Amino acid sequence: MGFMVVIGVAVARLRNLFAVVMLTGIFSLTAAVLYVVLDAVDVAFTEAAVGAGISTVLMLGTLALTTSKEKAHESGSHPWALMLVVVTGMALVYGTLDMPPYGDPTAAIHHHVAPYYLEKSFGHTGLPNVVTSILASYRGYDTLGEVFVIFTAAAGVLLIIGRAKFGRRRTARLAPGELRDSMRQNVILRVVSKLLIPVILLFAFYVQWHGDFGPGGGFQAGVIFAAGFILYALIFDIDTARTMISPRFTRLGLAAGVLLYTLVGVASMLKGGTFLDYSVLADTQVKGQHLGILLVELGVGITVASAMVSIFFTFARQER
Amino acid sequence: MMGAVAAAVLVSMALAIFRSIKGPTVYDRILAVNAFGTLTVVLISVYGFLSGRPEFLDLALVYALINFIATIAVSKYVEFSHMGRPSGGDELGDI
Amino acid sequence: MALVLDIVSWGLLGVGAVMMIIGAIGMIRLPDVFARMHGAGIIDTLGLGAIMAGLMIQGGLSIVTVKLGLIVLFVLFTGPTATHALARAALHGGVNPQIDEPDTGVEDKDQGDVSSKT
Repeated sequence: MGFMVVIGVAVARLRNLFAVVMLTGIFSLTAAVLYVVLDAVDVAFTEAAVGAGISTVLMLGTLALTTSKEKAHESGSHPWALMLVVVTGMALVYGTLDMPPYGDPTAAIHHHVAPYYLEKSFGHTGLPNVVTSILASYRGYDTLGEVFVIFTAAAGVLLIIGRAKFGRRRTARLAPGELRDSMRQNVILRVVSKLLIPVILLFAFYVQWHGDFGPGGGFQAGVIFAAGFILYALIFDIDTARTMISPRFTRLGLAAGVLLYTLVGVASMLKGGTFLDYSVLADTQVKGQHLGILLVELGVGITVASAMVSIFFTFARQER
Repeated sequence: MMGAVAAAVLVSMALAIFRSIKGPTVYDRILAVNAFGTLTVVLISVYGFLSGRPEFLDLALVYALINFIATIAVSKYVEFSHMGRPSGGDELGDI
Repeated sequence: MALVLDIVSWGLLGVGAVMMIIGAIGMIRLPDVFARMHGAGIIDTLGLGAIMAGLMIQGGLSIVTVKLGLIVLFVLFTGPTATHALARAALHGGVNPQIDEPDTGVEDKDQGDVSSKT
């Protein structure tokens, strides 16, 4: 944790924004290690995929559109601001002193809902991974909200900076299979990427379906899936990549995931249960839960992947 | 023994961070982040063994992957100062 | 037999840990960004490879060993590729490798002039 303090201070002090982006990448990695030490594997998974990878890439995209040096402020020292921050920090720390120590078995959090989930989860849903069962079944409504948030974020990005660019084409349209000169020299990168991208996509599928039994699930799988396409777009021409995943496809994907989630909920309502009650979807409760969780995670994965891909392409296609 | 390995990895991480803060050119920093990512992969695998939970290995694989993609993205950005220039006049747009 | 395997695995782990520290020290002390890539490469291949090999021997024949093997394979593929991309970017960005001139006073034109190749 000392690392994080050092990195935090360095991030605040450095003026070169590019170095700051790099250091935030390292910060995310140390945060992920911290989560691993705290035994929260699913969270570490998502933090790794999103924080260390996609965030760095997107921030670079932003840097490409703005300057890369922070303007020096003409600020004198502000003792009042510092005092305020210190006082607030101390008040927060004082508040945490009242909390039970980490891992204390008599803490309140371990007594009401958590034991219920931990004990009953396997009986209700038949999944060994409690995180997935909580995320998709017990708190399925929250996850539906999260998926909507992702959808809205991607839609917002598309609306704000995803305008169609009209005008004369500045460079000739490429014939299929032809590469621009700058990329033609990158033989090593091209060959390695062609080997790796199928493996990456396969791994994304593995993480998606294996989320029932190990760490994984829809969010992480979506990010890894998007990472495969982002790699393709980086190594090869971005126009080629864009014809491979056309904007219509990602738009459909964005909506389809959310729609799938909601339809599962409506289907369970039609079959006699309440909204998002998967037990009524099949003959036995466990099978119904399995089916419901599977479909719901698939919806999440589709939306997350489409969102990441469309946001990246929107950023990368901007001109300065 | 595993504890000693973990300690060695932590020491290496500290050295990599030092290079990332200090590195005079941009490429030093990119290199330091890449090395830090590989060290994280090792740390997670060793820690997974230490605590007897081999599910962490999926996590390590994802790190290795993301580390690679991020390094390539950053290198491309620094080399071309963009990440994919559009050629304009494309009625597709993104909407 | 188990003892031999144990000793081999501890040995590999030790070698790997030492290599990591050596690679990291190399990253700090070497004078040039291209030289520092060697340090990072040592961490990638020798460091990670030895430690993972030690862990694989500890894991025996199970899915854990297969996953560790996949990680090693992946990093062996992508580590040098990432360094290659970085070196290209550095060369195009104008960083010149630091070359030691021989101080014998004799002009030796074709010694170690790496910056002419791409």
